[in-house]
Parts: sequence; structure tokens; C-alpha cells
Amino acid sequence: MKTFTGRVITAGSTRGECVVTRQGFNILATYFKGIATSDPVCHDQNNPDLFRKHVGGKVLCLTQAIGSTTGGMILQCAAQLGIAPKAMLYSGHVDSISAAGILLADIWDGNRIVAIDQLGDEFLDAVRDGGEIQIEPDGSVIVR
Amino acid sequence: MLDDGSGEAMSKVIQTLVRYGELFGATRLVPLDGPTHVVTSMGMAGLEAAFDLLDMLIAAGAKTVEPFTVDPRPYDFDAVPYTDDEVRDIRALYPHQDRYESQLRALGLKDDDAFSCTAYLPETGNTPGEGDVLSWAESSAVVFANSVLGARTNRNSGLIELMGAIAGRAPEFGLLLDSGRLATWKGDVRTATLPPATVLGSEIGRRVVEGVPYITGLDRFLTNLQPSAARDYLKDFGAATASSGAVGLFHIENVTPEAIRLGTALLADGFTSFVVDDATFTPSSTTVRLPDLDLGVEPDTALIGCPHLSREQLSSVVGSILRALEQAGRERVSIRTILSTAPHAVRAFRAEQPATYERAIAAGMSISTFCPALHMNCPSSAGSPVITNSHKLRTYTTSHFFEDDVVLNRIVHGGNAAVQTGQEVTS
Repeated sequence: MKTFTGRVITAGSTRGECVVTRQGFNILATYFKGIATSDPVCHDQNNPDLFRKHVGGKVLCLTQAIGSTTGGMILQCAAQLGIAPKAMLYSGHVDSISAAGILLADIWDGNRIVAIDQLGDEFLDAVRDGGEIQIEPDGSVIVR
Repeated sequence: MLDDGSGEAMSKVIQTLVRYGELFGATRLVPLDGPTHVVTSMGMAGLEAAFDLLDMLIAAGAKTVEPFTVDPRPYDFDAVPYTDDEVRDIRALYPHQDRYESQLRALGLKDDDAFSCTAYLPETGNTPGEGDVLSWAESSAVVFANSVLGARTNRNSGLIELMGAIAGRAPEFGLLLDSGRLATWKGDVRTATLPPATVLGSEIGRRVVEGVPYITGLDRFLTNLQPSAARDYLKDFGAATASSGAVGLFHIENVTPEAIRLGTALLADGFTSFVVDDATFTPSSTTVRLPDLDLGVEPDTALIGCPHLSREQLSSVVGSILRALEQAGRERVSIRTILSTAPHAVRAFRAEQPATYERAIAAGMSISTFCPALHMNCPSSAGSPVITNSHKLRTYTTSHFFEDDVVLNRIVHGGNAAVQTGQEVTS
């Protein structure tokens, strides 16, 4: 068991199953094909870490989001549809696209995606797909 | 401003901008110098939360300070020969298009021809000046405005850009600051010839992700091109950097305005260097084979214009196809061929070259204003074999990327030979 501490973007206490990407999380490419049918599967064919995996309701461990600037709004809508990750944990600094989606969902719809950034590179080394993770409101993350 | 009495919706607009800025170290909101460009152009199913948000803004009387432009529409029934399945899919996938366009008009859309991802080009005219502070989204437009025009906008998400336009200000951080515009990477292009814009851009985007690259070695090619050709190269290069990575700004030595003015003083302390040479683009070093892609497919559609073709590119592409058809002794294209460009560019092309326009239509080309990526989002389109010369389109859709000569060959000659012998590049 390892504990990491980062900066709280949106606080919350939650526990869940990890899905991990060590390359950029392309929000539009992930959801573009499936959001109309509330499909929680990642359709980004350029991301072998996530392609065809369920991301909805998971704790997504990532470096940052990449790709289209539509992404923030897509993430907001994915949260409303229940197909967004329940938490997003960033090894580095949050990017402007996913930050927008997290805030839009939180402020306008009351849908909280728990988000913590700056957890460090070691964090991504410590997590694995299917592993369990506990997140505390103070920004601490316990990897089991 | 959080308590300025303009209601809950406006309070949330400011709250969103302030919290967004605070995450990136902004300490203030700064006034905008020009109109916004909005990324979201589709009334797509699944996006109801966003449309409901816009209804709240409109009900609160919100409107952008200046008229804005927006990305291309998802379909074009006037220009594109759709299959019945595609029409069915479009109706199902974009049921909110009329509602959304009404919302855009209520919020300050410039006009009904303001739908283009290259609205910064002269034909549409949302062209900022050097140093202008903006609140833009659309990754390809942001990177062009910052890099080629020298304006200052962050890579804002959809809705954030609109909230900035309504507030008339943006949180000051990142690419709005001199410090955020320093290059964290230095890339030296040593190829023997000018690489295809979309291939080079994709390679650099994957390397630097959201960093700012300072590129040397491209000026020896770009300074020999016509100004509009160099501009269009940078348009397509930037779009690829922004979709394969998250690049919001690049500097090209001796070409882009800040690089001309400041040179290597733009390099940040501790920048990382890399080299791009001809070996970079060999199949073994760049090609990623993915399980659902099949080189043996027989494409039935070619999509050209993601991002939108400039007026000059439209003329050039049409001319290339017509010449190739003539050389092959053929009168019509062999597969559905859709060229996409801004509404104002179509109008200008028709006015300036009416005979060529008519020849293109007679040869079976469709000159559309739609968004190829949104077209490919329809299940029947996504499931059909489509080729493109846009790496951005390939990044977001199931289209197959090939270089210009292979796409042209397939458009003219049909069959599968050209595709089977062509090298798919998925760098």
C-alpha cells in the first residue's frame, strides 16, 4: 500500500477501480463515437492503454488530457450521462481541457468528478489496471 | 464580480472563469481584444447538459461582447450526396442542430456563414492581430492564432471560450503571458525535402504533447513557398500538432512572428532538443498498426479539408484532381470525393472561377462546408471505408490516412491498388 498526496481540484472521498493511461487521455476521441448512446467505452484507437476499455465510473489515472478543445464540454456531458470517470488523478499538472470539463460538471450540473493533480511520476508507476484506490478529501490517494 | 447582481447564471460564468484560471495560477481576468471563435458546432445527442447550460445563459440575457465565429456544421445536405443510411444517422445523431444554432444566434453568432474551423483566414475574416488577447477554442484555430498570427489565447475548452466572450475577459495565465510563450522544446528538421505538414505536425505533437516547440530547419523550405502556401502548410501542421498532442503554440525560426522578432531568445531554460530527419518517417519507426484497421479495404469516400481548406487550397486541390482525371482519360472521380471549406471560400471560388467550379461538380466532386470529423461520427460513415489526407481526421475517426498522392490516385483511378501499395502513415 502506498500513499500519494497532490493538489485538490475537486475534493471528495471515494474508492474505486483504476484504469491507467500513461499517454495523453484524448477526451473527444474517447467519447466521440459513443456519447450519443451513453457508451462508457474508450474509442480512442490511438491509445492502446485505454482502447476498448470501460472508463465510466472508474478512477482514471493519467498524465493529462490531450486533443480537441471540445473535450471539456464532452467531459461535462459524459458526467451528466454517468459515463465519465468517477475520479481523475493526474501525475502532473491538470490540463486546460479536462480542467474545464471537471469544473463545468461541478459548477453547472452538480456532478462531481473527484480530481487531484500533481501526484508525481511515481504515482503512475504504482497504479495498475483493475487495482483498487482510495481517495481522501485532503488530496491523499491510497493505492492498494 | 461574483456578486454584481446579474443573476445566478452570470455569477456561475465568472465563478467558472475564476476557478479555471486559479488552477493555472491566474490572479486576474484581463479584457479581450477581439471576437471569440467557438469550437462546438453540433447539436449532437448526448450533449443535452451543454444545451441546457446555454438555455440558462440565454434566459439570463447573456450575449457575447463581440459577434463570434464557430466550427463547421456537422452536415451539408446541399452539397454532399448522402446515402439513405447516412441521412438516417445524421437525423438521429444531431437532433438538436436547429435548437443549438438558435442558441448560438441568441448568444451573438456573427452570421449564418460564420461556420468554419478556419475562420481566422481572410475569407471569413475573424483574423486577430499580433498581441491580441483572445478567448478561443478549437485546437487548430488556437494554435494558428497563437503561432502564425501572434495573438494570445489559451487552449480553452468548449463553453469556457464562450463564457470568456460573454464576460469580455479571460483568466491571465499560460499562453497569455510572455513566460508561457517560451519554447520548452527545440526541434531541428533535417529532412531532405519538406515533410507533409500533417505528418510532421503529428510527429512533433506526439513528442512535445502540450509543450511549446521552437522549430529550426523548416524555414529553408517555407520561405521559398508562396505566402499563402506557407500559411496553409502551417495551418495543417498546427492542426496535427494540436490533435496528436495538445500544442497551443509553436515557433518556426525565421517564419512565425515571435520567432522573427525574438529568435532563440524564445528558448526557455532547460529546453529539450530533438531531431526530425528522414529516418523518422520510416514505417518501422512511426507506424502503429491497430486491430480494426485493414490496409486491404476498398475506400468508397475521400474526405479532404480537415481543417477546412483555404480558398487557395480549394482551387489547388480541384485543379489537381481535374488534371489527373484528364491525364487518365476519365471524366468523373471514381469514389465519392468531398472537399470541405468555409462558406465564404465556396462563394469566392464560384465567383472567381465559375467554369472550374462547374467542371469540378460535373466531375463528381462535392464542395462542402461541413465538418469531416462530425460526418465521420455517424455510424454508417464510421463503418465505411474512408480515406483522407488529414491526420487530424484520422486521429478522431476511423478514416484511413494516406499522403496526398495516394489519395489523389485513388480518387482518380478507383480500385484498391493504390491503397494497397500506398504506405499508411499513422505517426
